[in-house]
Amino acid sequence: MAGLHKSEFTNPVIRWVDTRMPVFTMMQKEYGSFPTPRNFNYFWNFGALAMVNLMIMIITGIFLAMNYAPNTAMAFDSVQRIMRDVNYGWLLRYVHQNGASMFFIVVYIHIFRGLYYGSYKYPRELLWMIGVVLLILMMATAFMGYVLPWGQMSYWGATVITNLFSAFPIVGDPIVTWLWGGFSVDNPTLNRFFSLHYLLPFVLVGVTFLHVVALHITGSNNPLGIDVKSPQDTLPFHPYYTIKDSVGICVYLMVFAALVFFAPNFLGDPNNFIPANPLQTPADIVPEWYFLPFYAILRSVPNKLGGVCMMFGSLLVLFVLPWLDTSKVRSARFRPLYRPFIFVLVVSVVILGMVGAHRPEGIWVVLGRVCTAYYFLHFLVLLPIIGKFERPLPLPESISKPVLGGGGGPLPAGAAAKPMEKA
Amino acid sequence: MDAASGAAVAPAVGSEQARTDRRDFLRMVTGAGAAIGAGAIAWPFIDYMNPSEDVIAAGAAIDVDLSKVEPGQQITILWRGRPILVVNRTKAALETLQEPGLVGRLADPASTVHQQPPYAQNWHRSIKPEFAVLVGICTHLGCLPKYLPTPDPTTPEANWPGGYFCPCHGSKYDLAGRVYKSVPAPYNLPVPPYRFSGDQKLRIGENPPGATFDLASVVQM
Ligand code: HEM
Ligand code: FES
Repeated sequence: MAGLHKSEFTNPVIRWVDTRMPVFTMMQKEYGSFPTPRNFNYFWNFGALAMVNLMIMIITGIFLAMNYAPNTAMAFDSVQRIMRDVNYGWLLRYVHQNGASMFFIVVYIHIFRGLYYGSYKYPRELLWMIGVVLLILMMATAFMGYVLPWGQMSYWGATVITNLFSAFPIVGDPIVTWLWGGFSVDNPTLNRFFSLHYLLPFVLVGVTFLHVVALHITGSNNPLGIDVKSPQDTLPFHPYYTIKDSVGICVYLMVFAALVFFAPNFLGDPNNFIPANPLQTPADIVPEWYFLPFYAILRSVPNKLGGVCMMFGSLLVLFVLPWLDTSKVRSARFRPLYRPFIFVLVVSVVILGMVGAHRPEGIWVVLGRVCTAYYFLHFLVLLPIIGKFERPLPLPESISKPVLGGGGGPLPAGAAAKPMEKA
Repeated sequence: MDAASGAAVAPAVGSEQARTDRRDFLRMVTGAGAAIGAGAIAWPFIDYMNPSEDVIAAGAAIDVDLSKVEPGQQITILWRGRPILVVNRTKAALETLQEPGLVGRLADPASTVHQQPPYAQNWHRSIKPEFAVLVGICTHLGCLPKYLPTPDPTTPEANWPGGYFCPCHGSKYDLAGRVYKSVPAPYNLPVPPYRFSGDQKLRIGENPPGATFDLASVVQM
């Protein structure tokens, strides 16, 4: 009949629904038969891991919110109550707390994958930019979440970060007052951070959906960085990659469990066991580990406004990355000149992370400035230049050739082992 | 674009030209109307997040009794969620504030940057020389500078004349809240509006008669 979808499902109930609302057909198309390059390595697990992680955060968060009190007089105690008195409260909170760290580990590796294999290049520019939006939303969510337990580091972290906006001339102070809803970080601030911390993860879900929509138009990139040319180059997503993703999820959950059960406070700051006190600053205000490189960039610039602009700039530069890289070759495997520099970038970001954890004194100041300079040099100067001078290695004819034994470059086993070590 | 003159000058009413002019005009009016409407709807939501009446009321002026503050002593009062430092500076401390040795180490010794009310723009940055009233928040990133009033040959730096030291990133201020050169903090500590309601009675948050100064107007809190 006109208007009904022609379903290929035979189960009568599924068929009845599917003819009226073809969600089963859609799922089958996007996650069942979806043609996926056959040469993925384990770096291609991290998108799925990020999705799993987001669901874990939302589920544990909703349950935490049932016992959490967003009020400066009660917040700290309510979190302690979750830890001591509420059944399995300790578990849900430790999963949520360490889940934030796992989320950033997963997403940072996911981003590295994109940088290394050139996944940001034509035709995936928009997909990449949506990814940068996801990163920024995640950072905002994690920042506001960290304020909720209302410990010393929650309070002082919030004070330092919101004060960043005061660096902007004229509009700065009204913005800060507006963010606070008062004259300092206080109860109105905590209330709105809770509200937004509850909201933003659902915005993340929506933007993730767009991320996947864009992905399923262009199709996935792959370790060779060359386009899919024939059906021989692909495998149906299910069962091949549902299984491969499941293997990754098992390893991820083992690492996650090790953190939660054996070292739940390893990545936390002891100052957050002390209730927030506006009249006493902790000796060192340090953000959570995943913000340290950006914090280091902020502090490496002697001028306050300059530091704030560089910090935001270090994220914003990622938006224009597809146009900064002038090379048409995607995978770093075939880019002998670019390849070493991507590792230099990783090293300098790691060093920046260490710089962010130390007081800006002596060698740390120098390291911070050198690595900050390299970060911007890499994106703004090296990427445009390298693409012009580099002579890429010969690209394989197709994806299927090396995999199906028709010659071409071997797939190094090392690439598969690496993400697991890191996670 | 300009419908009125368009109709008056050239093309005949009902011509193709007149109709597109009219349509452009209507489209712009509709667009502008929608933009104003969207702004009008957005504003309550934006302003909702600004400080509420009770928060503003809780930020009203407060009284402090100075008779119990010994020379050399500092007391901290929480006003508008911010620590206000009130110091009874000793004679020796006041002399130090004027020494060229110290003044040479300061970034803005004459308080030229708008970080204080006009009535505190002087060498002691206060109304009465002995009583300093300062917002105790580092102008770098908002930590609380420590009160280290005693001169010391080595800590926190050589020939320390007494002042404030911020533990977060090492900014230094003198006992009038004037910032040192070459530290991360860019400006002097702000001075809040205040007045003396009696000889030993301080009222924080209210200007002396005739003066108008709003703490939010300082360059950097
Ligand atoms: C993108 C996903 C999320 C991230 C990255 C995230 C991150 C965080 C972080 C870092 C904390 C501080 C943990 C601590 O130090 O104790 C936190 C706390 C909290 N979050 Fe989330 N969160 C997410 C999703 C959610 C959701 C969806 C909800 C609720 C619907 C939620 C509710 C809470 C509550 C109630 C707390 C305070 C209790 C506590 O401190 O453990 N979160 N979150
Ligand atoms: S906040 Fe005081 S030196 Fe940075």
